[in-house]
Amino acid sequence: MLIHLKNVSYTYNLNMPFETVALTSINLKIDKGEFVGIIGHTGCGKTTLLQILNGLLEPTSGQVFFDSIDIHKNKHKLRELRKKIGLAFQYPENQFFEENIFKEIAFGPKNMGISEQELEKRVKQSLEIVGLDYYSYKDRSPFSLSGGEMRRLAIASILAIDPEIIILDEPTASLDPQSCNKLLSVIINLYQKYNKTIIMVSHNMEIIAELTKRIIVLEKGKIIMDDTPRNIFRFSIEKLENIGLSLPQVTYTLYKLKKMGKPVSSAILTVAEAKDEILKLVRKR
Amino acid sequence: MKGNFLIKFDQVSHFYDLETEHKVPSLLDISLEINKGDFVAIIGANGSGKSTLAKHMNGLLLPSEGNVFVENLNTKDWGKIWDIRKKVGMVFQNPDNQLVATTVEDDIAFGLENIGIKLEEMKRRIDWAINIVGLSELRNSEPHLLSGGQKQKVVIAGALAMHTSYLVLDEPTSMLDPRGRKEVLEIIKRLNREENITIIYITQFMSEAAQFKKIIVLDKGKIISIDTPKNVFSKADLLINLNLEIPQITKLARELAKYGLDIPTNILNEEEMIRYLCLYI
Repeated sequence: MLIHLKNVSYTYNLNMPFETVALTSINLKIDKGEFVGIIGHTGCGKTTLLQILNGLLEPTSGQVFFDSIDIHKNKHKLRELRKKIGLAFQYPENQFFEENIFKEIAFGPKNMGISEQELEKRVKQSLEIVGLDYYSYKDRSPFSLSGGEMRRLAIASILAIDPEIIILDEPTASLDPQSCNKLLSVIINLYQKYNKTIIMVSHNMEIIAELTKRIIVLEKGKIIMDDTPRNIFRFSIEKLENIGLSLPQVTYTLYKLKKMGKPVSSAILTVAEAKDEILKLVRKR
Repeated sequence: MKGNFLIKFDQVSHFYDLETEHKVPSLLDISLEINKGDFVAIIGANGSGKSTLAKHMNGLLLPSEGNVFVENLNTKDWGKIWDIRKKVGMVFQNPDNQLVATTVEDDIAFGLENIGIKLEEMKRRIDWAINIVGLSELRNSEPHLLSGGQKQKVVIAGALAMHTSYLVLDEPTSMLDPRGRKEVLEIIKRLNREENITIIYITQFMSEAAQFKKIIVLDKGKIISIDTPKNVFSKADLLINLNLEIPQITKLARELAKYGLDIPTNILNEEEMIRYLCLYI
């Protein structure tokens, strides 16, 4: 078990007039190598959960274990966790500050005391993984990049600290389709080829359904679903609809057809699956 | 009088780096008329000139070549700029950058105070604007405690209180969650239908653009097409070439057509798809 949240609750402004409960009794285990999607409305506690996961916030009650050690009882372990988790906030490009891309990526590992020689290797490697050419990019200003390239740079600077777990908060927001697809293939690669544990928050149910292996649905600070995308769309689609979360268009379409009595599977995650399912039925007739 | 009640672009080009050697046009020879009561979406890839176009509509940017008229007032006429800006309200992407006051009410009052509206009239206008966007119950709330969708509604109410007749919205929903997105779009529709406010709406979401009466497609600073959503989306190849998002359901329609199903490839929503599929299964 990599990360384990045990009965975690978090309340902002505890014992103050503006006390706000953000998370209630969260129990969550995330294993090495998982690809987890987190969805829920604004204000459901997603951001708080992410900050608990990487130790930025200490729960008001409950425990956070990393490698079975309570990180808030063992400050050494907390520091280790921070090094093992790379967190890309929403709009990470707003946080660039270095004059060139090399320095931007080198900032994290440099602070961790990595040697100059190793530093260059890390920067090279990180840029390569996100598909930006080292020699043509290293001296450019981060601010000269396109929106999609900026997102990939943000991921590269996380990769430079060689994290085990990568947390992505709305990674594809406001990207055009080409940039979005490039970024998604980088993320898939991190998961498949580099065996990173990925935790991705997104409102885009189509991307979550297609990419992740496990979906966690948060509602009002509680985990109300935690299952594979297939099972969630097979068994809990009505519940999702009731709390007003958008479904992938193809999933919704087949779900409606099924409700009308058509013999289709409603647990459809992608366009390709929807096509196959429909063609199968058309040919049968 | 000819040309009244509209925003008119007359052969407008815009260069950001006018002084340098290589002038890259962000708008190139745009001629366009937006009539009173129009309900128009503008789509285009990143860098196609959408925001530049929008900023010309109330003189935030001035044409490098050509002219922009708002109800016969030239945006280059500095003496008229405040008249123009009263007519054309702007709403941008990030609501947090557009809110200035400590309560919803004060925020809406901000623009009115600046143009010296009398207290009684100000109160009337705030009541009216706050009511239209459906935030009456939150009038004394602090803007930073509102949801993203609610914040954008406050921004919209601020523009309405100025008695704008045109509302230009530059990706107002791109930072909102699906629920906020829907809420804002509903308000926009109602403003057009019930208050006859002309809407010019920039978006990267094709599912939103599909709900407008007219779509302007921009590419590299030029207008590629001005047409109804049905016609624009029937050219899916064009949209893909322009690096625009195709709705998932349209992708499915195209796939099915490829495999010989007789189905239109410009299907935009689930209901339509279901209707067609019921013919087959």
